[in-house]
Amino acid sequence: MGITRRQLFGWMAAAGAGALAPGVAKAAAGKHFSGYPESFGVLHDITHCIGCRKCEAACNEVNDLPDPDTPFDDLKVLQDKRPLSATAYTVVNRYQFESASEPVYVKTQCNHCLEPACASACFVKALRKDETGAVVYDASLCVGCRYCMIACPFQVPAYEYDKAFTPRVMKCTLCYSRIREGKLPGCVAACPKEALTFGRRDDLIKEAQRRINRNPGQYVDHIYGRFEMGGTSWLYLSPRSFSSLGMREDLGVKAAPEYTSGALAVVPMAVTAGVVLLTGIYAIARRREQIAEDERQAAVAQTRARAEEEMKQKLTEQKKAADKEREAIVNREVEKALKEAEQERAADKPAADDDSGKET
Amino acid sequence: MEQAFFTLQEFMTHTKSVVYLLMAAALIGLPLFWLFLTGRDEKKRTF
Amino acid sequence: MQQISASLKNAAKTSVWTPFNIVAGIIIAVGLVLTVIRFTGGLGAVTNLDHHTPWGLWIGFDLLCGVALAAGGYMTSAACYIFGLKRFHAAVRPAILTAFLGYALVVLALHYDVGRPWRLPYPIFYSQGTSSLLFEVALCVFLYLTVLFVEFTPAALEWLGLKRARNLVVRLVLVLTIFGVILSTLHQSSLGALYLIAPSKLHPLWYSSYLALFFFVSSMFAGLSMVIFESTLSHRFLHHKMDEHHLEQSHGVAISFARAASFIMMGYLFMQMIGLAADNDWHHLTTGWGAWYLLEMIGFVALPAFFFALGSRERNLRLIRWTALWAVLGIVFNRLNVSLVAFNWQLPADQRYFPSWMEVGITLFIVTLGVVAYRFIATRMPILYEHPDYREQQEE
Repeated sequence: MGITRRQLFGWMAAAGAGALAPGVAKAAAGKHFSGYPESFGVLHDITHCIGCRKCEAACNEVNDLPDPDTPFDDLKVLQDKRPLSATAYTVVNRYQFESASEPVYVKTQCNHCLEPACASACFVKALRKDETGAVVYDASLCVGCRYCMIACPFQVPAYEYDKAFTPRVMKCTLCYSRIREGKLPGCVAACPKEALTFGRRDDLIKEAQRRINRNPGQYVDHIYGRFEMGGTSWLYLSPRSFSSLGMREDLGVKAAPEYTSGALAVVPMAVTAGVVLLTGIYAIARRREQIAEDERQAAVAQTRARAEEEMKQKLTEQKKAADKEREAIVNREVEKALKEAEQERAADKPAADDDSGKET
Repeated sequence: MEQAFFTLQEFMTHTKSVVYLLMAAALIGLPLFWLFLTGRDEKKRTF
Repeated sequence: MQQISASLKNAAKTSVWTPFNIVAGIIIAVGLVLTVIRFTGGLGAVTNLDHHTPWGLWIGFDLLCGVALAAGGYMTSAACYIFGLKRFHAAVRPAILTAFLGYALVVLALHYDVGRPWRLPYPIFYSQGTSSLLFEVALCVFLYLTVLFVEFTPAALEWLGLKRARNLVVRLVLVLTIFGVILSTLHQSSLGALYLIAPSKLHPLWYSSYLALFFFVSSMFAGLSMVIFESTLSHRFLHHKMDEHHLEQSHGVAISFARAASFIMMGYLFMQMIGLAADNDWHHLTTGWGAWYLLEMIGFVALPAFFFALGSRERNLRLIRWTALWAVLGIVFNRLNVSLVAFNWQLPADQRYFPSWMEVGITLFIVTLGVVAYRFIATRMPILYEHPDYREQQEE
């Protein structure tokens, strides 16, 4: 048996799909984005930080945040690890190691990713990457779904859970309005030890690399934030492994949108293919039903035809029989009439003789 | 029309907007086209 | 409050003080109080949500489970109208009603969960964040709720006696069904895909790049099991509302659905294994998390699949019905695992989230609303029976 047309079409479709798939993958992977050129960032040299909390105080003031429970010059709060919160855009934590007498202080705040997970996750574009490098939040759009908090790998965005009518997502703004005015971010301006350096991100990477090269043994050979999650505008230099300072080193270098791009890419195709496929399945089911129906009707028609034929035959037979009967009746009647006539004739003979003479 | 995109995020927001519009077009257009395609068929009950 | 619960109680025409009505009344009364607290005191006043866990029970149960269990709507209507399996016809309306109520309640629950619920239309009409998977979820829920509403209206219109409007809507059923199947496919899967953006927070045994597929496939057997389970309840409590057509078909529906669910569950198990293999996550199986994962896979997927198979082979309806409940619990288990248990798995125990009693209360309140609404509608509208005026048209 040769190839049926249907089989051929099937193969063609499969071959087409096979040829297309890698093309699609390439088209998606071919794009590369390297972020806003000349965007700003901050280099946090952890070795310089003394845990004075001046940056926290400055941040609080610049951003008009509520007064803290304990004043910023009270360093006792450093005993506990504090997360970021809706009232603190930045927090300094202390890490004490048994092997060293001096503790290590680390400042945390929004890292301002080059490809922010929060912005990628926001379904109303309330979060966006600004050309200054800041990841900016617009409370006038925010619905309060908190998906940005789910998405952020650094656990940065905080939420005003206690507000009933105007809850906002709270996070560091990189003081982007100050940057636009030509000023330094609040924390950077306040740092007394130059643990924070503000500048173009590209320059900061060079500076960080220079510090690592210049001071062998002082830093681990890694600039945190250079590649993490596709890179962040904040960069860190550390005297010990970042994971020992509460900074995750298992995040990978893939930018957040890359994790979702695959699933997003399937959506429109699934819809379009879905309409075609389902309509097709429906049509096939209908067609099959139709064929079954037609066959049923054909069978019915055939049976009916046969029955009619038989009926006709029967009818003709009956007609014949009826005809015969009628004939028989007629014959009988005729015979009867003849007999009667004969009897009559026998009664008056002379007339009959005349008739017989005529006949012969 | 080549637009400059600096971030993947921006690029995706833009392309997905276009794609979603096309998707809507497919959702509306394909059923209408199906009606055109089968318009001459004898009327059959379609549920 | 008393009045509302009283009027709800009146909904059931039988004696007002039935145990069902009393319990439902109490839950609804408490729920209304909690609602007031939620909307005057903010999320913090009723929930245990915090900086690390922004999504709690209301997302994990109300949204994820609610949507998964409403999948019966698209499964049944697809089987009946698209695949042409007419013998499932009697199951379509109850399934559509469940799905419609399910989605309506999901949307209601979202009003409690988001910070500024009055802005919920924003993503669709005002500022479209198209790069977000949540945008897709929002779009699909919005559209599908509309589709389900229209699919449900024939029952209401028959009840109200609006023939012409009813016939107009019925003509749209096919298009609506196709839309419905596509929309629910998409957003069942995109609910799973929501978690794709947080690989660093979700345990590797549950995180997979196939998460979207897993959510979709599991929603299929969730929907089927839910149809069986719900018809069990209806048989128990609303038997008098069913017509011969429904009763005649319902056994066949249960057996066929059990068979389908069983097979899909087996397929799902293999998919999960392929997911593990793709990320080489096997070594996690020997940890405590692994045991939890195996409990989910064996205890709540493999075993129900096996008992569904037994039940459908032996035409044992009792077994099928109990297994349906089991499978439904399995889906709840899975969704809670993804959204709450395995999420933030690296956090120290004292920082982990556990729902407050008030969160549980709101969830119970919403579920109760659903049950009451189902009862209200099913005792009045032609859901479990065909309306005498329209029977012919459907049979034809």
